[in-house]
Amino acid sequence: MKELKRLANGAPERAASAASVFVARAGQDGSVDVALGDLDSPIGRLTVAVTPRGLARVIFESEDRDGALQDLAERLSPRVLEAPEVTDAARRQLEAYFVGTLRRFDLALDRRLMSRFVGEVMRRTERVGFGEMSTYGQIARDLGRPTASRAVGAALGANPIPIVLPCHRIVGANGRLTGYAGGLDRKEFLLRLEGSLAV
Amino acid sequence: MDTHALPPFERLLQEQRTTVMRFLLVAVGPEDADDVFQETFLSALKAYPRCDDPRHLDRWILRIASRKAIDHHRRRAARPVASAEITGGVADPPGDPDDDLWRAVAALPPKQRVAVVHRHVLDRPYAEIAAILGSSEEAARSSVSAGLKRLREQMP
Repeated sequence: MKELKRLANGAPERAASAASVFVARAGQDGSVDVALGDLDSPIGRLTVAVTPRGLARVIFESEDRDGALQDLAERLSPRVLEAPEVTDAARRQLEAYFVGTLRRFDLALDRRLMSRFVGEVMRRTERVGFGEMSTYGQIARDLGRPTASRAVGAALGANPIPIVLPCHRIVGANGRLTGYAGGLDRKEFLLRLEGSLAV
Repeated sequence: MDTHALPPFERLLQEQRTTVMRFLLVAVGPEDADDVFQETFLSALKAYPRCDDPRHLDRWILRIASRKAIDHHRRRAARPVASAEITGGVADPPGDPDDDLWRAVAALPPKQRVAVVHRHVLDRPYAEIAAILGSSEEAARSSVSAGLKRLREQMP
């Protein structure tokens, strides 16, 4: 009965369009636990992941996207799906930040991807405002652990919500940019955008 | 890390959507394939965190699709004009050489139709069809062969 297969002709195209209908419906339906949305920015495509609690993750284009999504599936919920409209607020604020009309994000955050220490470091980092910079050592002293600047550096590198949680504003004691999950070029770009580095 | 953790649903959708559509195009027909596709993936999304077979997600989603296909036929059969609708509802141009085949497939009892599609459209082995349909391998074999026999009888 080989001819039966002919009856399924056209399946790939039809599946692609049915899948986009599905994605739109599922987003409205509220059964997506981790909604994904993409935006273009001057530092490349960004993917944001939003849960009912808030923004959980910002993924740079240079990161391993599949790995990052797998991590979300394992640590938050496997119901990870494109649902751009659910991520509207986060995408709009990021876009406004890049065009220079927004200096302070006002978004609910889902901090479940942070270890306790990363969470503490981020609370300190959030106090460093647009156009300001601080150092690893300073954050360590703020935390009452003056010798922990290396651990602070590692914690900043594990920031799941870069840009919005401004780990790019933290640099080495000598002013060297040192490191960034999205690459030093991106860190430099962000600091220039904020006027912290000379253009 | 669990080496068999569930992948993001996104990936399941990308990887399985064509197989599910191939199945549904023949198992419920081109008119209703899109609707049953939506039902299948919505119900899969809801049940996904409880999925206990991350290594065989293709089987898992086909199990849901098979259930939805059979439910769909039962719903149709419950309506008085069902049989006329099934045979008349196939949207192929007149004179299409596949018309007779469509009519014959549409006339199969739902379980036979589903089993035949798994075997002869998706080329699944009987052991897998049994797992998908929740039956014995023997029952899967006999559904397929009964279905094929009927198809051959109905083809001119």
